[in-house]
Amino acid sequence: MDIDKLVRMANSIGHHFAAYPDREEAMASIAHHIEMSWTPQMRRELLSHASQPASTHGLQALVADALAKHLVLPASTSDA
Amino acid sequence: MTIFREPDYGTPARSSAEMITLSIDGEAVSVPAGTSVMRAAELIGNRIPKLCATDSMEPFGSCRLCLVEIEGRRGMPASCTTPVEAGMVVRTHSTQLAEVRRGVMELYISDHPLDCLTCSANGNCELQDMAGVVGLREVRYGMEGRNHFDAHSAVAPDVSNPYFSFDAAKCIVCSRCVRACDEIQGTFALTISGRGFDSRVTAGIEQSFLDSDCVSCGACVQACPTATLMEKSVIELGQAEKSITTTCAYCGVGCSFKAEVKGNEVVRMVPDKDGKANMGHSCVKGRFAWGYATHPDRITTPMIRNTIDEPWQKVSWETALNHAASEFRRIQSKHGRNAVGGITSSRCTNEETYLVQKLVRAAFGNNNVDTCARVCHSPTGYGLKQTLGESAGTQTFDSVLQADVVMVIGANPTEGHPVFGSLLKRRLREGAKLIVIDPRSIELVKTPHVQADYHLKLMPGTNVAVANALAHVIVTEGLVDSAYVAARCEDAAFQQWCEFVARAENSPEATAAITGVAAEAVRGAARLYARGAVNTSADAGADACAKRHNAAIYYGLGVTEHAQGSTMVMAIANLAMATGNVGRMGVGVNPLRGQNNVQGSCDMGSFPHELPGYRHVSDSSTRGLFEAAWDVSLDPEPGLRIPNMFEAALDGSFRGLYVQGEDIAQSDPNIQHVEAALRALECLVVQDIFLNETAKFAHVFLPGSSFLEKDGTFTNSERRISRVRKVMPPLAGMADWEVTIALAQALGYAMDYAHPSAIMDEIARLTPTFKGVSYARLDELGSIQWPCNDEAPAGTPIMHVDTFVRGKGRFMLTAYVATDERASKRFPLLLTTGRILSQYNVGAQTRRTANLVWHAEDVLEIHPHDAEERGIKDGDWAGVASRAGDTVLRANVTERVQPGVVYTTFHFPESGANVVTTDNSDWATNCPEYKVTAVQVVAVNQPSDWQQRHREFSARQQAYLEAARGQRKTGKDRVDA
Ligand code: SF4
Ligand code: SF4
Ligand code: SF4
Ligand code: FES
Repeated sequence: MDIDKLVRMANSIGHHFAAYPDREEAMASIAHHIEMSWTPQMRRELLSHASQPASTHGLQALVADALAKHLVLPASTSDA
Repeated sequence: MTIFREPDYGTPARSSAEMITLSIDGEAVSVPAGTSVMRAAELIGNRIPKLCATDSMEPFGSCRLCLVEIEGRRGMPASCTTPVEAGMVVRTHSTQLAEVRRGVMELYISDHPLDCLTCSANGNCELQDMAGVVGLREVRYGMEGRNHFDAHSAVAPDVSNPYFSFDAAKCIVCSRCVRACDEIQGTFALTISGRGFDSRVTAGIEQSFLDSDCVSCGACVQACPTATLMEKSVIELGQAEKSITTTCAYCGVGCSFKAEVKGNEVVRMVPDKDGKANMGHSCVKGRFAWGYATHPDRITTPMIRNTIDEPWQKVSWETALNHAASEFRRIQSKHGRNAVGGITSSRCTNEETYLVQKLVRAAFGNNNVDTCARVCHSPTGYGLKQTLGESAGTQTFDSVLQADVVMVIGANPTEGHPVFGSLLKRRLREGAKLIVIDPRSIELVKTPHVQADYHLKLMPGTNVAVANALAHVIVTEGLVDSAYVAARCEDAAFQQWCEFVARAENSPEATAAITGVAAEAVRGAARLYARGAVNTSADAGADACAKRHNAAIYYGLGVTEHAQGSTMVMAIANLAMATGNVGRMGVGVNPLRGQNNVQGSCDMGSFPHELPGYRHVSDSSTRGLFEAAWDVSLDPEPGLRIPNMFEAALDGSFRGLYVQGEDIAQSDPNIQHVEAALRALECLVVQDIFLNETAKFAHVFLPGSSFLEKDGTFTNSERRISRVRKVMPPLAGMADWEVTIALAQALGYAMDYAHPSAIMDEIARLTPTFKGVSYARLDELGSIQWPCNDEAPAGTPIMHVDTFVRGKGRFMLTAYVATDERASKRFPLLLTTGRILSQYNVGAQTRRTANLVWHAEDVLEIHPHDAEERGIKDGDWAGVASRAGDTVLRANVTERVQPGVVYTTFHFPESGANVVTTDNSDWATNCPEYKVTAVQVVAVNQPSDWQQRHREFSARQQAYLEAARGQRKTGKDRVDA
């Protein structure tokens, strides 16, 4: 999928949770929100994009950290 | 009046707890204080003749037919205007009364044509009935004198309204129409002009009905006791023979109607007095605009084609369904299980929606199912679930009659939800206070006998900043209902929220620069909402809270269709919780849903992440329940949302789509992007009643059925489940639910339901909030508001009464984030979109009715200042361009919009409003930001490129359809059409 759009969506989720003073809580909430509403394929694409250097992936630091620390992908691919 | 007489008690019911006992014709009767003698008599079956009284409005006392004798009183008082008193002794019939009544009748009839046999009201006329009841046998005054009906006195009937006519010759000047327009509809379009013999009913200032302020709701037509105001359909077809109670298929009010029919032909629709959502009222769409159901554009034969660049081919149902199924299976085997999906419709029934999501989950084997609620109220579902625990509004419509303060945010009830709008106006006329938060001066801001106490005319896209400023005032001025919050909400979240909203950056003074709303107005509105008193100063705060008043919030798509739609919904819930305004009559958080079954389609599991009843697909116990019932294994991961489907179509991973009753190619934003995605599909199956915009990109067309052609249920904005009943057989031979079953069958997944009631039984078995719902129960109760279960066997009008559904209410932080759609040098104006009364959504239905007389094209509202700067005059063509695309609309120069803001509707495909809207969307749900698009407007003299292309494309597709119309069907089970 258009990775710019996924990045934009992830960042807007990040903007919302950035209001939470507890950074740990904000990161967990971001990852949880994405897990609950994105398809595994979209999550996979975002995660692989996020593995690029911070200077190029365009994700907010909070979002990038949330993905790295909390985002869970389904064990087996369900896209078969 | 309606042909299938409902009892008419003459005057409205009173609700006093004090009971009064009196004697009527020797029988003792007890009624609530304030009840009229007329009503009390009717309650024991002693009917008193009447003409000017009817129980939908307050008594008027003008006809003098309802006289009675009361012991100890002189003369004969009118029973409709006389309240009962304890110990009263009333006689409703005596020789003397009979004589006086005959005299009254004689006077009426002396100025009335004796046309009964050829009159449209014949057999259904209260004047005729009363003449019979009082035993009128002769008219002594002769008919030659001055009158209103003979050849040289009669005025020609006013037939300007497309749906009803006004023939003054038959008018008895009972004022029922005038009072219906005032009291029930609240439009004040009619008056009695002149005096005595010269008095007559006039619309507006000596105008025709069409030119007056009349909004064609039909309340006056229903109230008229004679043939004076009469539906043209009745004049043409005669009185109906059968009546079937059903539910309107237009807006989220969900009015109950009696469809009056002859055979299979609808003669008229009459709002049902017992309908709890509408209490006998309706709007122009539901009452009159049903002709689309039998419009010649209806397609009644399945069609297929290989590519969208070739003509359609008529085929049998079997051929069409097998073709669709084999295409879906072919795509899945080649591109994976997830390469196909479905879209359910908010215009179809709960049962049909349930089946489509079941087909996707069970037969396709994925969760790629979504619904048009994605583009309207998905933020409501998310926001209310997070804060209160349930994805639905908290109140019943009636609740507004107990509200002291009403806050309307981003909604235009008098246009979008007219019947609720009328109820709200009634409450406002009784003195409730009103706060409007809207970028436009909607009708409620100032309309006869109603004026908003505050209109916060904010810049589009700044809702959250305004809500935070309101919260700031409530917290910093000590207006929080602390006892309520302490008892009912999570303390830590509340403290965190207080700290957040109290920050200086959220003060009305700080946000004024962003929102364009003066700080004092925000402070005043916050105090009014929290405390109920207007313009009182900040002190006196806390103890004024001691006396509990009711404040209710009503909101619409002006809240949800934003980049921060979900944030705003949560901000609204926060305000209501902080001021203790959830959990009883008169308060609450009330989303006004757009289409008739938006609530229902969400309830039925139409979202890609939720099974019916809002249970996440990852929840293994819920999944287990459905797996056992459906005999399949279900995907535990969320599927694609509509905008994701488009993206996936463009990257080639999504190639087949089944769309039931939705027009994504007109209703979704950034149309050119949508069109590109649709063109990329290998198999698009559209099920609809017309060849809509989406169908122009389809490979298989399955004819749909209108609400008149099937059984089922709709769920309105107040969670009310009402029956839709079949009035005529489906034109194409199959109702939508049957088509989905047949498609599932063709896919190799059996669905076995003999009738929609069996589908509802399955829903009830699998969904705790629907446990007590069945067709038998619906027949018994009329309608049911879910949750309906063992604890609430008759349903739940008010939610969250003692505790919130989620336990404790949760305050959420709602930081304002400016949308990406900001006015810039290139796009200096903000476009916002909305709807109007006479047209509905994409207009596929209403554009095919006489409602066109009120709105035949979408126009661009622009402020005189902005118009002048661009050299645009009223009625000129204006080009509107955004970063997504451009279109051309006719300009309407008006101060309804503020400088810097332009506004349009999207009822006509060719206006291309959604060519301009962008794919910016709500962060939580991807609900598109229809309400804010940065645009430039320029004077132009021809349609845009897109419009020209669209015109050509549509003409070509129309030709492909015409080609098919000439053909006979192919396929082995050919049945002649
Ligand atoms: S309005 Fe009623 S009374 Fe008058 S002519 Fe018609 S049916 Fe007869
Ligand atoms: S149709 Fe409705 S708005 Fe029009 S005059 Fe009658 S009651 Fe008033
Ligand atoms: S469109 Fe809405 S208000 Fe009008 S009749 Fe239908 S449900 Fe009622
Ligand atoms: S019905 Fe009572 S005065 Fe007309």
